[in-house]
Amino acid sequence: MERIKVEHLYKQYRLGQVGTGSLIQDVNRWWHKVRGKEDPTLKVTESNDRSKQGNSDYVWALKDISFSVNHGEVLGIIGRNGAGKSSLLKILSKVTSPTKGQITLNGRVASLLEVGTGFHPELTGRENIYLNGAILGMSKREITQKFDEIVAFSGVEKYIDTPVKRYSSGMYVRLAFAVAAHLEPEILIVDEVLAVGDVDFQKKCMGKMKDVASHGRTVLFVSHNMEAVKNLCTRAILLEHGTIVSEGSPSHVIETYLMSRNQSDWGREYREHEAPGNAFTRLKSVQLKPLREDGKPIITVKSSLEINISFWNYVEGLVANLSLHLYAATGECVFNVITQIPPPTIGVGLHHARCVIPKELLNTGTFYISFMLVQDTSKPLFNFEEVLTFEVEEERETTNWHGKYPGFVRPKIDFKINP
Amino acid sequence: MDSFVQEKHHHIEVISSKRRLFDVRLRELWNYRDLVMVFVRRDFVAQYKQTILGPLWFVLQPILTALMFYFIFGRIATIPTQGIHPFLFYFSGLTLWGYFSDVFTKCSNTFVGNSALFGKVYFPRLAVPLSIVISGLYKWMIQSIVLLVVLIWFQVSGVENINVHWSLALVPLYILLLALLGFGLGILFSSLTTKYRDLSFLLAFGVQLLMYGTPIIYPLSFTSGMMRKLLEWNPLSGILENFRYALFSVGSFDLGGLVYAVAFTLAAFTVGILVFSRVEKSFMDTV
Repeated sequence: MERIKVEHLYKQYRLGQVGTGSLIQDVNRWWHKVRGKEDPTLKVTESNDRSKQGNSDYVWALKDISFSVNHGEVLGIIGRNGAGKSSLLKILSKVTSPTKGQITLNGRVASLLEVGTGFHPELTGRENIYLNGAILGMSKREITQKFDEIVAFSGVEKYIDTPVKRYSSGMYVRLAFAVAAHLEPEILIVDEVLAVGDVDFQKKCMGKMKDVASHGRTVLFVSHNMEAVKNLCTRAILLEHGTIVSEGSPSHVIETYLMSRNQSDWGREYREHEAPGNAFTRLKSVQLKPLREDGKPIITVKSSLEINISFWNYVEGLVANLSLHLYAATGECVFNVITQIPPPTIGVGLHHARCVIPKELLNTGTFYISFMLVQDTSKPLFNFEEVLTFEVEEERETTNWHGKYPGFVRPKIDFKINP
Repeated sequence: MDSFVQEKHHHIEVISSKRRLFDVRLRELWNYRDLVMVFVRRDFVAQYKQTILGPLWFVLQPILTALMFYFIFGRIATIPTQGIHPFLFYFSGLTLWGYFSDVFTKCSNTFVGNSALFGKVYFPRLAVPLSIVISGLYKWMIQSIVLLVVLIWFQVSGVENINVHWSLALVPLYILLLALLGFGLGILFSSLTTKYRDLSFLLAFGVQLLMYGTPIIYPLSFTSGMMRKLLEWNPLSGILENFRYALFSVGSFDLGGLVYAVAFTLAAFTVGILVFSRVEKSFMDTV
């Protein structure tokens, strides 16, 4: 039995300030019209009427999306930021409406785009349970029936009559999730709620989601967490630039997703006259290549990363070192490695260097690389900044916890319990 | 199992881009009636948490304003009040005006003030302004009880001889009109402010101006000529005048003003609902 049926769904957003600005703009438009002159923003309205694609003032967040979800299925939706996941969820949750197309929902829908939506800091835990429950679509009677269960699940019995502004953030999230967990919709739409809270909370959350699905309800689950998708979902779809590019079993779709990562990002090549550099040196190319036993071109925590650098040296008899910095996306330097000491002496011309970052060293996340050419181990000749950016994906043995490990590195270190 | 589930929940919904002109789902709103009442409760409780006097402020606000008016307009400016004691005159008018302006101002903030909530979860958006109308009604009822007490006190102490007119029975209609008018205009402004934020500045000033453009601190009979004509365009004038007539039997029952108020209110309400139901579907993309 079909629970959700999405047919030819389109969503268009308007970019920039056009029309969202002040009254003056609209008055100006109207005034031009009255005088029979050309509408100063006509270009925009025109493209709107035709729903023309590719106009720079408009962007299609979703283009011709069709899929259906059956009773009891857990559908995972994955894709990069900006692929259209959030737009799709917002339309399914009726927060905004589609530009074209239609969705048929067969059953009561509850969407959790956030935990604790509508919580009021001045109200007590008790009052907020009623408030949040009602916002999520529960009737007062339903909430009263489940009240004790909700409180027990949240574990904040003691503070139930304290305003939630005095709660710790952990208590707050637990209470909020407890309410959401006791919703009984036929269709549940969940967005990244797993990204918050501690390990304990995440476990509870995942357990509850499995529970929901096993009771024959339909779940739509959006996440960046591939492990969670693999574990929870019965089927997955991959969104890219607003269209569905892959659909099927979660492991298959996840693999497609990992492979589809923009591989052009993993390498750069320059012509000599436009290459970054200066009078001493210029960069010819940087290439990143994952090395894996299975040969798949994907970067996970279990892929070694080979970096090949080619550069032109213009200094005769240079005593040369390369110094490579690896940064986390947040800007912290994770490590710095340098080429061999004592440094070799190199002549004018093209030179190559190779670096291999071993597998099971970096944690999941986005990293970027910069490197410098150094003379006599002391004088930097040029700093090639941010020459490469890449993302390390998750790949792990099944654990009951699906959260992200903290830290920038995740080295394989011997650590055992003696049984 | 499947057929059982299907039978139990006959709830099929279609989301599409197609819009009907008058797209108000009253049934859905009714299903969310508990939410409306929770909002009402939230507004009450949250507003007076950490205040010493608590809900007493509902009562103190109009009394203090009426006292202030009494000294400024009654004693210093000495604007005539049709022989009614100035304090009673102002206080009675302020209870009605307070209800209208409260509903109007708060409803006009529906979209902008709740955008974070509206962006995360769906429920009939009309639940918010509806809860404002209801919580305002509670406040008005409390104030009316105080007004009643004050009236009785004036009567008993002999300061004023109160002469109630039969049209007092129409007060529920007056309140309904104020509620619908504040609601209609409020949601209309709310819809427009999603696009033109300038309006929210204009509104704060406009409401203040409107109070002076409504016969609250003076009777309609005090004005004449152009001024009078202008005031008669204000749908609130008829309601205020008739309400005072019902309480004090001074002046005359203004049927024309009442009919005009009804017509204006229905028009504002209809336009408000139309625009609101249009904007609620896509305002998240413009806010």
